[in-house]
Amino acid sequence: MNRTYELMFIVRPDMTEEDLDKLISTLSAVVPPTGGTVQKVEKMGKRRLAYTVRRFHDGLYVLMVIEGGGPVMHELERRLRVTEPVIKFLTVRVDEEHKRLDKIKKLRDAKKKVSAQPAAPAEAPAAPAAEAPATA
Amino acid sequence: MADETKAPEQQAAPSERPRSSEGGGGRPGGDRPRFGGGGRGPGGPPREGGGGGRKFFRRKKVCKFCTEKIADINYKDYRLLGQFVAESGKIVPRRLTGVCSPHQHRLAVAIKQARNIALLPFAGRAS
Repeated sequence: MNRTYELMFIVRPDMTEEDLDKLISTLSAVVPPTGGTVQKVEKMGKRRLAYTVRRFHDGLYVLMVIEGGGPVMHELERRLRVTEPVIKFLTVRVDEEHKRLDKIKKLRDAKKKVSAQPAAPAEAPAAPAAEAPATA
Repeated sequence: MADETKAPEQQAAPSERPRSSEGGGGRPGGDRPRFGGGGRGPGGPPREGGGGGRKFFRRKKVCKFCTEKIADINYKDYRLLGQFVAESGKIVPRRLTGVCSPHQHRLAVAIKQARNIALLPFAGRAS
């Protein structure tokens, strides 16, 4: 299973740094047993929320990128729901999106390389035409 | 009520309109789809735009994502998304922003995701 998920969750703002780290490590520990890997954890810091969530106006944002199958996220979300400091979370599946972006990037790089060569004019009109359906 | 100029409709209009009530509102829904995107986008037929009665169609607006080649429309970059959201928090229609259809769709999805994670509001000042 190589699905990649992006999990963003908001923690109540009155959490200390170490409590937050403890929480993150607890959640990360859930991932390997269910057959996943944590690729990245990013603490995005305190931000003002766009609307009041559980009577909080600010929150600490954390982003985790996890690779694994469906059961991994199922378990993780279940944990998040019962964890008291976590006030909101959102999971987005991103592997298809990454595939699409990589494809576009490759096309753009190929176009750049080709246009750098002297025999450019014939290739250049072909490449944007090929790129346009890819971006659409 | 006959904002939309349609010659055949107008002949049958006085008797037909009240009968074909679509439940609320005087305009029958039947002739709407045939209008298509009148007034929307560049090069549209020079007739009055649907519901606005504008005589001039807009100057050509280009899709920001197509011109700047932004491929990644993410829910995380709320600053970019915020440009396409009105003061009230509503998503701005693409006839005002000039965004092309596939990008508008992705934009809408991203804005809705951002709203769910409290990066963008659902509703701003009352509108």
